[in-house]
Amino acid sequence: MTNIVLCGIGGQGTVLASKLLAAAGMKKGCNVQSAETIGMAQRGGSVFSHLRMGAAGEEVSSPMIALGTADILIGFEPGETVRLLPYLKPDGQVITASRSVMPVTAALTGGSYDGADMLRYLEDNVQNLSVVDTETALAELGNPKVTNVLLLGYAAESGALGLTSEDLKDALKERLPEKLWDVNFRALDYAKKA
Amino acid sequence: MHTEFLMGNEAIALGALAAGVNVVCGYPGTPSSEVLETVAKRKTEHTYVEWSVNEKAAMELAAGAAYSGARALVTMKQVGLNVASDPLMSLEYVGVKGGMVVLVADDPGPISSQTEQDTRTFAAFSKVPCFDPSTPEEAYEMIQDAFDFSEQYGTPVFLRPTTRVDHGYASIDVKDENEYYVNTPDGFVKDSSRWVIFPRLSFANHAKIEARNEELRTTLSSYERNCILGGDVPKKGVAAGGISFAYANEELAARGTDGSLPARLMKVSTPFPFPEDLALEFLKDLDEVLVLEELDPVIEKELTYICGKHGLSTKIYGKLSHHIAASGENTRDSVGAALDAFLGTDLERTKAVERPEPPQLPVRPPVLCAGCPHRASFYAVKQAMKGKKAFFGGDIGCYTLGNAMPLDMCDTCLCMGAGVNIAQGIRKVDPDTTVFAFVGDSTFFASAITGVINAVYNQANMTLVLLDNSTTAMTGHQPHPGTGRTMMGEVVEKIDPVKVLEGIGVTEVVCLDPMDLATAVPEVQRVSALPGVKAVIFRYPCIALFKPTKYCEVNQDECINCRRCIKELGCPALFIEDGRVTIDPGTCTGCGLCNQVCPKNCIGGVER
Repeated sequence: MTNIVLCGIGGQGTVLASKLLAAAGMKKGCNVQSAETIGMAQRGGSVFSHLRMGAAGEEVSSPMIALGTADILIGFEPGETVRLLPYLKPDGQVITASRSVMPVTAALTGGSYDGADMLRYLEDNVQNLSVVDTETALAELGNPKVTNVLLLGYAAESGALGLTSEDLKDALKERLPEKLWDVNFRALDYAKKA
Repeated sequence: MHTEFLMGNEAIALGALAAGVNVVCGYPGTPSSEVLETVAKRKTEHTYVEWSVNEKAAMELAAGAAYSGARALVTMKQVGLNVASDPLMSLEYVGVKGGMVVLVADDPGPISSQTEQDTRTFAAFSKVPCFDPSTPEEAYEMIQDAFDFSEQYGTPVFLRPTTRVDHGYASIDVKDENEYYVNTPDGFVKDSSRWVIFPRLSFANHAKIEARNEELRTTLSSYERNCILGGDVPKKGVAAGGISFAYANEELAARGTDGSLPARLMKVSTPFPFPEDLALEFLKDLDEVLVLEELDPVIEKELTYICGKHGLSTKIYGKLSHHIAASGENTRDSVGAALDAFLGTDLERTKAVERPEPPQLPVRPPVLCAGCPHRASFYAVKQAMKGKKAFFGGDIGCYTLGNAMPLDMCDTCLCMGAGVNIAQGIRKVDPDTTVFAFVGDSTFFASAITGVINAVYNQANMTLVLLDNSTTAMTGHQPHPGTGRTMMGEVVEKIDPVKVLEGIGVTEVVCLDPMDLATAVPEVQRVSALPGVKAVIFRYPCIALFKPTKYCEVNQDECINCRRCIKELGCPALFIEDGRVTIDPGTCTGCGLCNQVCPKNCIGGVER
């Protein structure tokens, strides 16, 4: 059983990422269950996806993951990664985007929220951490909308997903129009040269 | 058969189609909306589907179809059932001919609802049998069982999934279209002794319903989805239903040896009528039972009742005994912790990995989207009422988010359409207050029109503010009577709220562009000062319906860094970077509202 947690802010594309992982898992014969935030929180709130993949014949009884049991945590924003860190198992893998997003509340009150504090906390407390410099990567890829696929590429490269970037490419082909394949494939493979 | 990765609600829709459903209707509401949308996408030629104007209309439409021998599905969220309760309470007394399933999605948490009400309790109240699925796969099978059951017993039936089942995804084996059951309705057969509810009919049918439901306590004990697992473990038992059963099953297995369960486990799939005979078999020789369920203590009370009725000394623990939290949703971890306390086990895993306290995490309440026209509408009214004593009644929809700072424009919110008459009531007690009732277009058609009639008839003094964004935004952009299209895809005559309001007798109805503050603010002042019931209609489409063509940029040479734009509007595209106001081009839609509040007018639009 592979337990995967994705997290971010409403509108960042965690749902599509979760669907891609599920499709790739199913193509390999896995039993997949997932659950995600839908509704009001999608309007800029904290959102998450739980995804569980059992090997063929292995039953998945519910989509929800218990604390301390996620094999991999994929965070689209460093503060959100920290928020969901309690789900990670002791030697689990974390993939996190580096770019922080200031909440509206902090902008209003002049409150301080510094993503660098979050990254420092992750560095101090996670053995298997991969921080993705999303700004540089997206600039190189020339498309600001492929953060989710970029992070999935790093997740595949870490080995903790049980899926390869080739598995994900097959799933991408089914979900996206052909004109978007190239940039998404490059985003997936970005982790390999990084 | 083929396998698909389906959301629970999609699975329910495909299950209904496999059961040959003829008529599907409902009103949107999280977490139920995707059921009807999936039917619309995947339906066969035998199926009619509509978004009804509200849940009551949908329930009545479904009843008429089921009277005529059709298989009908009506969908709603739990608070929607309150709206539809009038027809449903009586419908149970009358009964149906074709199978009728009332899908009501409950929302423990609550995650996106006003209440934590429990449709299982409503089932007992209305005497309508209730099926409670524990997984998306089971929901797919169960709705097919529910249609058969409804037809067999001539009663509407509840299917009551909760959020985690509705919105959970699973790979599920589903029927191909050529395997679907085809139901051919034979049409309505007149019989006033059957279809017209009179006290004499109600009296006679009440007795029959009570007898049927009593008998079902035995019959449903052999329904395969009510079952007992791990039978040979003495003394301790666990009873659960819905997603809590899935959690209990997995967490118990994790505490047993070689996958065996360290307690007897009873699964309750029909909380009403309760499978009493099966419960007696389950309770045999048990000293203690822990009940795991969300919302009301339905299973706990039933087991306690059965113990009392049969003189059993088994102790029943759950919400009433404070072993389980009275409110909120269960999680794998809360179920695990309750099982550890009950069984005296201690699973290492549940002690979350020890890590030092993280730095303070940002709070991220949901906010109106960047470019949302509601922000502009609220701001216009706020500016118009600056320095005056005013009341701003809110309602149900995205615009409830107008309550957040800095807008702070939602003084009350109760239920669909309630804001209109709440404003009327406030003004009665507080006659020197200028009162406004904000309502969205879909909510207006669903349940605010009668409120406006009441206000006009009773000579209220208030301003209705209709936030018309041409869609039902919060639940995923469903069409409604004002949009000019139906769920079947037909283009129909738009029902114009201006004509509706004028027809009711609202004397002043003004349509405004919320993005034009210079015009909107004085108009709101003028209209709200008039006597009687007045209406301001802010017309601007939901920003999520269009791809923005522009974004805004701050001219940093001109900007005096007063931050008025941020402080007045709270737009998520505006933030401070390196001490300066900055606009995130990815989030900004180029609406330009910020430039209208800027004292230097130094924010400009840039073409994408």
